[in-house]
Amino acid sequence: MSELKLMKGNEALAEAAIRAGADAYFGYPITPQSEVIEYLMTERPENRTGMVVLQAESEVAAINMVYGAASTGKKVLTSSSSPGISLKLEGISYLAGAELPAVIVNVVRGGPGLGTIQPSQADYFQSVKGGGHGDYKLYVLAPASVQEMADFVEDAFDIAFKYRAPVLILSDGIIGQMMEKVYLKPQKERLTDAELIEKHGDWAVTGRKGRERNVITSLDLQSEKMEARVHRLMKKYEQMEKEDLRYEKIDCDDAEYLIVAYGSSARISQKAVELARKEGLKVGLLRPITLFPFPKKQLLELTDQVKGILSVELSAGQMVEDVRLSVEHKVPVEHFGRTGGIIHTPEEILEALEQKIIKNGTIRHHKTRESSIL
Amino acid sequence: MELLDIIKPENQVFCKTKLMTDTALSYCPGCGHGTAHNLAMEVIDEMGISEDTIGVAPVGCSVLAYDFMNIDITQAAHGRAPAVATAITRIWPEKYVFTYQGDGDLAAIGTAETIHACNRGENIVIIFVNNGIYGMTGGQMAPTTLEGMKSSTSPYGREIETMGSPLKMTELIANLPGVQYATRQAVHTHKHARKAKKALKKAFENTRNKKGLSFVEIVSNCNSGWKMTPLESNIWMEENMFPYFPLGDIKVNGKLK
Repeated sequence: MSELKLMKGNEALAEAAIRAGADAYFGYPITPQSEVIEYLMTERPENRTGMVVLQAESEVAAINMVYGAASTGKKVLTSSSSPGISLKLEGISYLAGAELPAVIVNVVRGGPGLGTIQPSQADYFQSVKGGGHGDYKLYVLAPASVQEMADFVEDAFDIAFKYRAPVLILSDGIIGQMMEKVYLKPQKERLTDAELIEKHGDWAVTGRKGRERNVITSLDLQSEKMEARVHRLMKKYEQMEKEDLRYEKIDCDDAEYLIVAYGSSARISQKAVELARKEGLKVGLLRPITLFPFPKKQLLELTDQVKGILSVELSAGQMVEDVRLSVEHKVPVEHFGRTGGIIHTPEEILEALEQKIIKNGTIRHHKTRESSIL
Repeated sequence: MELLDIIKPENQVFCKTKLMTDTALSYCPGCGHGTAHNLAMEVIDEMGISEDTIGVAPVGCSVLAYDFMNIDITQAAHGRAPAVATAITRIWPEKYVFTYQGDGDLAAIGTAETIHACNRGENIVIIFVNNGIYGMTGGQMAPTTLEGMKSSTSPYGREIETMGSPLKMTELIANLPGVQYATRQAVHTHKHARKAKKALKKAFENTRNKKGLSFVEIVSNCNSGWKMTPLESNIWMEENMFPYFPLGDIKVNGKLK
């Protein structure tokens, strides 16, 4: 039976991790996601399910603890926010290279540098273009509600184990901090050690009882072997694109103009679509739920119908590049977004759509704050 | 008696360590790593724990330890082996978990992970091979490089004023309450190797008895990095390394010596 609760996004994610049957969480506090480890430490999942929770000495140590746990076939996750994720990237690259399943959560804040503790979506490039060193990608899920913060934990584990690859949940300070009602799934049993060995014994390091030894490494000093490993990774990413792309279309059927937005920006853009429709403008919203794989084909198909696209994110313009690549210059694509922790309003988005895409000459005077980077 | 009459299986008094694979070692001839590997594998074999042991290999010369040790091994990022081992022992508390690390890995880039795993008293064994130099990358200065010692990044010798003093990691971590056993050994002679094996056995027994962290430093040579013959390097090690890194137990059963 699912349970209805009012929770913060970060807390919902932590509770969902326990209920998804996670074996371990390793993390390090950082605003705006410290509620994840605080919730877990308070909840004592070691008594509920036997799940291990440990506060590491750094994000670097935490991601390497994830690597260790994942090496043994256990269901393990970590969470952090932007500067902490930058520190984890070496470990994330190792997880991808060594083909280990793990879930990483980024509750994004503004950057670069120490930046701000306010919400942002400026880690798009870092998330979908690799981030760490080498030829790899992450499967990236972008929740737009507290409900999705909870639901995506189990989805992320399913994908991580399907492909033996790290999966990123790319949230942001808005989704992490806001409270909404959330339906929590019933408790899923953790695998017993015997079940785990039965399921993952062909690759995981669990002690080589009754079999040849297993080795986990991302190192191949022989070039041909290393190239084969890279090709193997690329095949996984191709398969992800074919089988596990996720997106949502809102009011797209008759849309003449399109907004593309994910996460919190998608929630705000949905309101902008409502405002536009009230004014008689046929605007639709395409929300990528996975940022890799990206709904390239779906965007291209929409160019038969829409006259222009506004890509909206809390950044100086990152996802807009992928939108442009997807539509192959068939229609104009522009970016709109606020940075520095300022959250765009639906009115600002509509105004940007009108000025940058519709360009019908009607200059509206919404009550906007100081001018944004248009 | 002819030589061939003697070479028979029943007369064999010494053989290849069972838990070592047939893969040829990638170490330079004369290097102590091979002996350190052998001793660790002998102990694990003799204790009958090879099927319940999970090793963590480092980055450095012994990055390929997983090619030579016939046990389950995961290879960690540079310096992070104690964090990797922490997670494994936490979720598989019945397993024997050890790291095998060099001085660059453990005492430079991985200092934080080393200190915190020791401080938490993780139930693991850390095998720390200290040869005072970065061997794999071609002989650069390590945190354990001795004063005045030449390396490719201290070509005029290590200068304490600008490069700091060689770090005594074992003494440092021995002061942490989580550490049960801290010892410094060598493997360049049979006598030293036998002692080192005893120390390793004690370390793995501590894991068995859930006593917490055991830290076995092995002061070793790097004849290639030191630009010496193997024999010269062992003599140099005795004359220069041992006075600064004295052999023997530093902490036993949780008590400083």
